[in-house]
Amino acid sequence: MEGSFVVNDTQGDQPKGAHEPGRRLTPEEAKSRRSRNVAIALGICFLIALFYVVTIVKLGVGIVVRPSI
Amino acid sequence: MTFVTGQNDFPDQTRLSLAEPRDFFALLKPRVMSLVVLTALAGMMLSPAPVHPVLAFASLLAIAVGAGASGALNMWYDADIDALMTRTKTRPVPSGRVAAGEALSFGLVLSALSVFTLGIMSNWLAASLLAFTIFFYAVIYTMWLKRWTPQNIVIGGAAGAFPPVVGCAAVTGSVSIESIVLFAIIFIWTPPHFWALALVKSDEYARAGVPMMPNAKGERRTRIEILIYSILLAPVGVLPWAMGFASIVYGVIAVAGGAGMIWYAWRVLRDTEGANARKASMSLFGFSILYLFALFLTIVAENGPAQMLVRAFGAVFG
Repeated sequence: MEGSFVVNDTQGDQPKGAHEPGRRLTPEEAKSRRSRNVAIALGICFLIALFYVVTIVKLGVGIVVRPSI
Repeated sequence: MTFVTGQNDFPDQTRLSLAEPRDFFALLKPRVMSLVVLTALAGMMLSPAPVHPVLAFASLLAIAVGAGASGALNMWYDADIDALMTRTKTRPVPSGRVAAGEALSFGLVLSALSVFTLGIMSNWLAASLLAFTIFFYAVIYTMWLKRWTPQNIVIGGAAGAFPPVVGCAAVTGSVSIESIVLFAIIFIWTPPHFWALALVKSDEYARAGVPMMPNAKGERRTRIEILIYSILLAPVGVLPWAMGFASIVYGVIAVAGGAGMIWYAWRVLRDTEGANARKASMSLFGFSILYLFALFLTIVAENGPAQMLVRAFGAVFG
C-alpha cells in the first residue's frame, strides 16, 4: 500500500505510550514525551483549579444567595 | 491488532523531540521572571485599592508568564546569534534541545494565555499593557532594535520597566504616578546594568553582529555613558521616598545604593585595562542587580505583609 503507513500498538518491546506512526520511539524519546505530557497535564489541572477558585472569589458571597422559587 | 491509516503525514520525521519540561522552563528566562514578579508586586502594593489575595496572585502569575513568553519568543528569534556567544550558546534552542518551532509555538501560546488570563482575572487595561510589553520586547526590541542600533537596550529597556505599571493597572484599573516612577527607575537602571556586561562580552557581541555600545561606539564612550546614567539613576531611585510613598528606610537604602552605583560606574571609567577593567565592569553588573532588588524588596516589605493583609481583609469581607 504505497503512500500509507502502519501503526502497531501491541508490540511488547515498544516503550509504553510510543505510538509514533511508522516507527518506534527510542526509550529517550518516550521518556521525554511522557515527562512533557505530565507537565502539560499538571499545567492544565492547575489552570482549571485557578479559574475555579477565581470564579468563586469573583462571585463572592453572592454564590450562597439563591433566588427563591 | 494492526491499524492501517491514510497518507503518511510524517515522511521526513526521523526523531521525536527530546526536550524535557525544564528546557521549556528555561525558555521563560526564570531569572528575568523573578525580577518581573518582584517589580510587578511592588507596583501592585503601592496601589491603594483593596485587592483580593487570590486575584492578586493570579494577576501576578499572568504577568510573570507573559514576561516568560516574551523570553521564549526572544530565544526563538535570536537562536542564530545566541549560538555564537558563550553566555547564550547553551540555551535550549541553540543547543538543539528545543526546536525553533517549538519555542515559537510555546511563546505564542503562553502570550495569548497570559494576556487573556490577566484580562479575565483583573481588567483589560492591564491585559492590554501586558500585550504591549510582550510585543515591545519580542518585536520592537528583539526583531528590530537589537540588531540595528547601539541604543537597543536603552529603548528596549522600556519592556523590562513595564511590569510595575502592569501590576498597578491590574489592581486599580489605571496607571498611577507611583508606578511611573518605578518604571523610570528600571528604565534608567537598564543601560549601566547591561553595558557593564557588554564591556566584558564586547568581542562576542561583535562576532555575533549585535551593535552593542562598546563594539559599536567604543569602550570609552560606553564607560562615560554608564557614569552619566548612574548619576541620573541615583536621584530617580530616591523619588519614591521624596514623593512620600516610601519610608525613610527606603530613602537611606536608595541614597546609599545610588552612591554605590556612581562609585562602581566611576571605577568602570577609571579602570580601563586588563583584569582591573573586567573586575570593575563585573562589580558594577553585580551591584546593579543588588541595587534594584534592594529598592523593590524594600517597597514590597514596607507595604506588606501587614498592610496587604489589612487590604486583603477589606477585599474579602468589606
